[in-house]
Amino acid sequence: MTTQVHTLIALVHDRPGVLHRIVTLLRRRGYNIVSLAVGRSETPGISRLTLAVSVDDATQVVKQLDRLVEVIGVADTTNAAPVVRETALLKVKAVVTALTDIAEQTLAAGGRVLDLGPEEVIVEITDAPEKVEQFVTAMRRFGIAELMRTGRLAMLRGRTPRVLEAPNDYRAQADGAPTEEAA
Amino acid sequence: MIDGPPPHIRFDSRTGSPSAGEPPAGQLTGAQILCEALIRERVEVLFGIPGGCIMPFYHAMWEYRSQLRHVLVRHEQGGGHAAEGYARATGKVGVCIGTSGPGATNLVTPIADAWMDGTPLVAITGQVPSHLLGTDAFQETDITGITVPITKHNYLVTSAADIPRVIREAFHIAQTGRPGPVLVDITKDAQQERCVPTWDVHMDLPGYRPASRRADRAAMQAIDETVGALLGAQRPLVLAGNGVIQSGAAHALQRFAERTGIPVVTTLQGLGAMPHDHPLMLGMPGMHGWVHVNRAIQRCDVLFNIGSRFDDRVTGKVSAFAPHARVIHVDIDAAEIGKLVAAHIGVLGDARDVLETITPRMPVQPDRYTMWRDEIATLKREFAPRQHYTRPLRTAPLMPQDVFAAFNRVAHSRRDWRVVTDVGQHQMWAAQLIDWQRARSHITSGGAGTMGFAVPAAMGAAIADPTHTVWAFCGDGGFQMTSCELATIRQEGLTNVKVAVVNNGYLGMVRQWQQLFEGRRYSETPLSGPDFAMLARAHGWHGVTVEHAADAERAVSEAWAHHGPVLIDFRVEREANVFPMVPAGRAIHDMLHDEAHHEQLIAATEPQ
Repeated sequence: MTTQVHTLIALVHDRPGVLHRIVTLLRRRGYNIVSLAVGRSETPGISRLTLAVSVDDATQVVKQLDRLVEVIGVADTTNAAPVVRETALLKVKAVVTALTDIAEQTLAAGGRVLDLGPEEVIVEITDAPEKVEQFVTAMRRFGIAELMRTGRLAMLRGRTPRVLEAPNDYRAQADGAPTEEAA
Repeated sequence: MIDGPPPHIRFDSRTGSPSAGEPPAGQLTGAQILCEALIRERVEVLFGIPGGCIMPFYHAMWEYRSQLRHVLVRHEQGGGHAAEGYARATGKVGVCIGTSGPGATNLVTPIADAWMDGTPLVAITGQVPSHLLGTDAFQETDITGITVPITKHNYLVTSAADIPRVIREAFHIAQTGRPGPVLVDITKDAQQERCVPTWDVHMDLPGYRPASRRADRAAMQAIDETVGALLGAQRPLVLAGNGVIQSGAAHALQRFAERTGIPVVTTLQGLGAMPHDHPLMLGMPGMHGWVHVNRAIQRCDVLFNIGSRFDDRVTGKVSAFAPHARVIHVDIDAAEIGKLVAAHIGVLGDARDVLETITPRMPVQPDRYTMWRDEIATLKREFAPRQHYTRPLRTAPLMPQDVFAAFNRVAHSRRDWRVVTDVGQHQMWAAQLIDWQRARSHITSGGAGTMGFAVPAAMGAAIADPTHTVWAFCGDGGFQMTSCELATIRQEGLTNVKVAVVNNGYLGMVRQWQQLFEGRRYSETPLSGPDFAMLARAHGWHGVTVEHAADAERAVSEAWAHHGPVLIDFRVEREANVFPMVPAGRAIHDMLHDEAHHEQLIAATEPQ
């Protein structure tokens, strides 16, 4: 088996310190975090996270994460061809002559120009991680002053597997009461 | 987060605790709620030390003292180990208490110990008032942060109303699945705050699903495969670990072995799961296991591991471990299956349930493996003369093996004993040489290897079950780490604790490694102690010194009969070693049998 990046999706109980527990576990067991993205899920009180780890075999990572009291479910999605997206913001050094070039390349890559400054432009790209990587490489020839990436977000296609479903009592609350955002 | 104490709490200006005015009907302080919550969890004993931020709890404890016995230990580490000893003797949850800051950090070692050995423990710590959290206040330590990697779970409680739910959850988590420690850190203001407690609490643990007691469909399929693998085996072997003890599966294991005729080895933490003299019991494998036991593992074609986690002290070099075996691994913790040794069949479940499901499905064939057992018996005969305790090398008037032989002679006539060992040479001698009979009669710090464990853990075990005499075996190094608890044992009036110090004037196991692998450079291992018998007497104990083998049995016998705590200082041969031994990193059949064997190997490898 060779070391590869595994993309895991986990559903966690949204409690103070839950991220600390996850990160402490990964550090202590020697798993190399490639990226970690976390946020609220569709169910109040439950967060969903995407974790990319570089490891030979993700079985132990999944089991160890699942052992945490606040982790509701984990799945290694690597072999299930999930939809994976990552967003990058780039502050590109832009001498006047290069502006058109940067803008054209950004639009061609499906990105957006967010800010035009006197000496730099901020552009955004959201795509599969490899595509984002290609775009970043392409921008390097102009000079990148700052790069900020979200890390990958993954979602499985089709029906949500049982392990990644929020518990019934939490979903019932979600259906019965308006969510925080809606309220 | 609340900003300062809630306004409805009135403080006594002298003690800082809530004043004893007229509380509104039904209202209790968080500290009172905590006492009631512990009583609801059927807690009987707490081991702890008061301090600033846990004072409200101690204030309330006074009212509940007829239901909650508190043992005032001398150091929080001792309190934690005592709670572990209590838990290991009974299977119930042990509870220890400390204040914030150093009180909490002193609990870190026993918490880590309980984590490694899967001991159900709830540690309760006081914390600075919530408005001071994060300000580096006096005696503030982020104990929940510190204990994340060594607890099953932990809590920071800042509101009295949360206490019933948190305590319910903490005890539930500590004793279900693979048991382990849970820490509950409670701010001082939460202990002081008054509210009407709600006892009909809903545990909010959507992510906690310990393996169910009853086998599910996946487990049933794995059990079918297990039965098939066992039926096809020519040289099967059971490896039983702590899981067998924890799930109360010792009798189920014995029934399985007797029905199938499959021989059994037990890990250090599994000792007592089968009586030592049972015809199917081979002994302990691993770094200091018997040669024939390790060879049996290397020869077996099916290794049926029940509740052992393949610790490196058992497996030696993993890639060379049990090379011919199909491995069946029964564990209650999914993460243990396949973690270190690949399992051909993994069975997720409780050891007792799994055994009770499998046994009736196995044919009654107690003599099926006679050839295999004869092969092991031959190995035992071949190597027994080299397993040097059966033929002691006498270099001093009192050898360590004399101490254990004397203990066995006295213990044979009694059933009501437990032995708690510390960590080091004496621990391995005890494991090898004591005639273990029953589950929960052997208590030791296995995974963490915590020196200083034995005396306080023996105290906890003695309190848990006053009908049993508890013997703490220690080295002189480990004994000195927690010997302050002699005072606690005296203050509690415990008569059923006896301490045997196997005193060789060295940190003996380290010295042994220095002798064998570091050219006898005894760097910082010789240590002098006080006169331990005199030290015992200073604590109000009876204390005796034994220097000759001929006196050992009488000393043990008299200590046993004495109605009070007794310490025996056994002055043994200073440089006796634990053999056989697998040098670290080697395969388990690659053993040093004794000193002479070691010298031969060195001579063979030295350039001529």
